[in-house]
Amino acid sequence: MVEFTLPKNSKVGKGKTYKAAAGAKRVKSFNIYRWNPDDGKNPVTDTYEVDLDTCGPMVLDAIIKIKNEIDSSLTFRRSCREGICGSCAMNIDGTNTLACLKPIEEIKGSVAINPLPHMPVVKDLVPDLSQAYAQYRAIEPWLQTETAAPPDGERLQSKEERADIDGLWECILCFCCTTSCPSYWWNGDRYLGPAVLMAAYRWIADSRDERTGQRLDALEDPFKLYRCHTIMNCTQTCPKGLNPAKAIGRVKQLMLERQG
Amino acid sequence: MEDPNVPVRIMRSPLGRAQGLGAARHGVGHWWAQRVTAVALLPLSLYFVASVLILAGATQARMAGFMAKPWNTVLFLCLIAALFYHLSLGLQVVIEDYVSHEGKRRGGIMLVNGLIVLSALACAVSVLKLAF
Repeated sequence: MVEFTLPKNSKVGKGKTYKAAAGAKRVKSFNIYRWNPDDGKNPVTDTYEVDLDTCGPMVLDAIIKIKNEIDSSLTFRRSCREGICGSCAMNIDGTNTLACLKPIEEIKGSVAINPLPHMPVVKDLVPDLSQAYAQYRAIEPWLQTETAAPPDGERLQSKEERADIDGLWECILCFCCTTSCPSYWWNGDRYLGPAVLMAAYRWIADSRDERTGQRLDALEDPFKLYRCHTIMNCTQTCPKGLNPAKAIGRVKQLMLERQG
Repeated sequence: MEDPNVPVRIMRSPLGRAQGLGAARHGVGHWWAQRVTAVALLPLSLYFVASVLILAGATQARMAGFMAKPWNTVLFLCLIAALFYHLSLGLQVVIEDYVSHEGKRRGGIMLVNGLIVLSALACAVSVLKLAF
């Protein structure tokens, strides 16, 4: 259901400000969403001033520095620090992206950091993605065949067939796209969202898979698929430069094609 | 994330909830009809604007004479059909987007479609009364 204001217990207040050490020359402010499930209070925005001369170039470097040196209670997910694990997806400067791939110098003024939009928050910048993961599981994202695998080798694909899944398999499931989609905000309980639909198309487009029809059957639904109104936030925000909107468009095309 | 302080009302697994009631196995017809009517409305709207410009300030008799020409009758009826069908398809999507309560959603769609049928018939009868 559409919501135009935050629920009362989600309204964000003003938090603490942590000043940079005296003598710091290149100071940048990071305004970070804080919420602790244990203290019963509303979320607040804390401001951390970071000396960029002693900090790495990416937003992730800054928040790791904040956690190490200023406030160890700041909670966020991170792992690979090179844009392949998808853990540090968050809303930075108004756009969902990976903190490890976002250079601080691309942001003018202070840096606003919030958790991925419209997901339940576990703590601070950690969203609960259980629903999105379950939706991913529901599209059965693995190779399914009737034909037995050749006994002496792998299932073969031509170079052309392999090229059909380029731009699809690179998705790291960070859910930047899904959580940027207004349709997913309003109907996320039924709409699968761009990341999961692109994953579904990745298997529909795979020449080795033999359940293409059943996969399309499972998507043909006014809510699961057709809540996509080609808003394109997904494609605009993807930190990997992929195009979920195009993949969803291909699924809609195939739905039409098989009608006759 | 379940809040340990809130009594748990939903214990169904996330996968069970994600699968929900399964796929309805329709939606492609609705989606395609929306696109076809949109394309049809491009030339029909231009035709409508042109006829309004031509008929601006015309007498009732001239208006009836215009509408009585078979091509004009047919094109106006096409315009009315495409416009109100497109309106019905579009408003259904808008209501489905923003109203999640099952009863309100279904009721809203029925109400809007009722009004659309009335308006479309009123327009079509007006054209036919002028034409014949």
